[in-house]
Amino acid sequence: MKKIIQRHAKLLLICGSAIIFSGSALAGKTHLTMGMVLEPPHLDPTAGAAAAIDEVVYANVFEGLTRINQNAEVLPALAESWNISSDGLTYTFNLRSGVRFHDGSAFDSSDVVFSLDRARSENSTNAQKALFAAIADVNAQGSNTVVVTLNTPTGNFLFNMGWGDAVIVDSASANSNKSKPVGTGPFIFKRWVKGDRIELGQNTNYWGEKPALKSATFKIIPDPAAAVAALMAGDADAFANFPAPEMAAQFQSDSRFTVKVGSTEGETILSTNNLQKPFDDLRVRQAIAHAINSQEIIDGAMFGFGTPIGTHFAPHHAAYVDLTGTYPHDPGKAKQLLTEAGFPNGFKATIKLPPPSYARRGGEIVAAQLAKVGIKLEIIPVQWAQWLDQVFKNKDFDLTIVSHTEPMDIGIYTRPKYYFQYRNAGFNAIIDDLNVTADPKKRYALMGAAQAILAKDAVNGFLFQLAKLGIWNKNITGLWENSPVQANDLTGVSWNN
Amino acid sequence: MNESMLSEFWRNSLHHRSFVIGLILSFIMLFTGLLSLFWTPFPVELLDIPHKLESPSAKHWLGTDHFGRDVFSMLMVGAWNSMLVSVFAIGFGSLIGVPLGALAAAKRGWVEETVMRFNDFAFAFPALLTAVMLSAVYGPGTINSVLAIGIFNIPVFARITRGSALSIYKREFILAARTAGKGEFQIAVEHIFPNIVSVLIVQVTIQFALGILAEAGLSYLGLGTQPPIPSWGKMLSEAQTMMFFAPQLAILPGLAIVLTVLGLNLLGDGLRDILDPRLSRVR
Repeated sequence: MKKIIQRHAKLLLICGSAIIFSGSALAGKTHLTMGMVLEPPHLDPTAGAAAAIDEVVYANVFEGLTRINQNAEVLPALAESWNISSDGLTYTFNLRSGVRFHDGSAFDSSDVVFSLDRARSENSTNAQKALFAAIADVNAQGSNTVVVTLNTPTGNFLFNMGWGDAVIVDSASANSNKSKPVGTGPFIFKRWVKGDRIELGQNTNYWGEKPALKSATFKIIPDPAAAVAALMAGDADAFANFPAPEMAAQFQSDSRFTVKVGSTEGETILSTNNLQKPFDDLRVRQAIAHAINSQEIIDGAMFGFGTPIGTHFAPHHAAYVDLTGTYPHDPGKAKQLLTEAGFPNGFKATIKLPPPSYARRGGEIVAAQLAKVGIKLEIIPVQWAQWLDQVFKNKDFDLTIVSHTEPMDIGIYTRPKYYFQYRNAGFNAIIDDLNVTADPKKRYALMGAAQAILAKDAVNGFLFQLAKLGIWNKNITGLWENSPVQANDLTGVSWNN
Repeated sequence: MNESMLSEFWRNSLHHRSFVIGLILSFIMLFTGLLSLFWTPFPVELLDIPHKLESPSAKHWLGTDHFGRDVFSMLMVGAWNSMLVSVFAIGFGSLIGVPLGALAAAKRGWVEETVMRFNDFAFAFPALLTAVMLSAVYGPGTINSVLAIGIFNIPVFARITRGSALSIYKREFILAARTAGKGEFQIAVEHIFPNIVSVLIVQVTIQFALGILAEAGLSYLGLGTQPPIPSWGKMLSEAQTMMFFAPQLAILPGLAIVLTVLGLNLLGDGLRDILDPRLSRVR
């Protein structure tokens, strides 16, 4: 009997100490595992359009002259302060001193000149060259000052400089950033296990206030069911963009988790190959717009999370114009337009769907809606890499569904070689005008006109604005609730008890 | 098979419990699948999103899925699809595998070596691997899953045909047929095949069950039947994230797969017992 008591006492002691240890471990927790659905193709934000790149490295590994916070405000980053000339053409950036890149080399004005010149050069591989289009000249004045001269006043130049595509890189490491990113941020790239995870560690030489987190792991979990399991089991602490909206209610009622529904810049569209027959016919595109029922897609694919849109513009933006009524859901009208276009019995086409559930499920619903007016879609599910290659790069598609998560990206419609291949000189003129207009009122008017043209031309099927469904452990604070830019900024994240 | 043999077969069969259960389960599946061609409670391509995720009711007997589709109708059509894929795949596999095996047994020597080593090679590739390869090259789809499962079945049938045929070739009546001047092909068709057909029937039944399972597996992984055509495997994978609030969406197609495979396996086991003359005497 005594023996048994002794044994039990020992057990109790072990249990007790285990509880104490786990408690103290929680108090001092400085590691975060963030789950993400899509794996970045590489890790150089200055050389790729994939949002997943910025979602790992923005603000964590790389920094720009300015940075954007979760409320879309422009804050100083590598530029401590700046002066703008009265004509709006000259920006003088005062750089922070004592900043070092992760490989130990010092940051100074030459790095800024190098980075901006590289991004705007003729053979630049930057995915957002438009951000730098207004720059006429970049000059270093001493090691801590850079003067940027613009061709035309650009209202959101400071915001542009806060994008992931405008981060400052070191000339020595610029070419190897894809596999081994070297920036100035508070986290250092540790390693990338392809197909599984990306690990970041602490930058002990960081110039600014060191984040509470000492390390972070971005875990690639493409399967929604696995994402649910990973959160439930604690294998992932957070999902900034949770892929299974049907589980939101379940997590909401679970006291272990915080569920935040925020806004993103993600216009989810039924991208249409505007040069491909029969989609080059405006009546066919209008018919598709009439055949689509956005609300049904939001309810069916996103379980209600999302806002219908009528054009390529984020509804929470002040310049947004509600154009959802341009081509209201009306299958009868759609059929009539198809008949006028020469397809009284409809036609067959394909729709290529990338992995995210908004695309796969949304695609099934779109196919059912279009089938009702006679357009028979063959559904072709593709992997992310295949999508980037076949659809985005080689434009080998009829229809696809994807979310464009860049902020203020209406300018993509001016690019004739962009994957949906829209060409409209009138639209381009408005955007050109917009780029040289600084007066907010005039800018809003131009943005409104641009939105109206896209809606009228039914360039793509405008489905809905992607909601940001963030789910994370309730002890985590500081994660972004909205995504004004593509990012998982971990600098303000901490564990509390 | 003459009339008295047939009646003896049925008498034996009806006393074989697992055969009867297997037959009933398989018949239910066949009937449901066939029925789906003419009638389903609701059209399966009809999305009714306002009525999504409903529990079973008088209107929707097994409830609705996340798109408001009628689960019972989807299961019915899914049964037909599984069967169709399996029939074509097993047909493909046996039509190539059986002649190959017969050829190996008849010719022996280097022909047999070549055929059987090729079979070993094909056998080393699981259906899943073949399907992944095919879908990487040609994209996922029903035809590719038929091919993948079919290719996997070639060596299965070649092996069993060769093995059983070899034992028949040793028998005296084959020698008699040769002496009578019959050619190799004639012997194979008239004497070998009738004697191994019962073994093949049993194998077809068992492979058919495996085919159903493989089809479900491939569709689950998104390599098989593509939406909007419902399939059991796809229903399972779609239901995964809804397990917590709509478990029936995963349980029902799972149950359909289990019962079908169980039925076909019982049927195959029963057939083997009944058709094997040595075993039937014991029972």
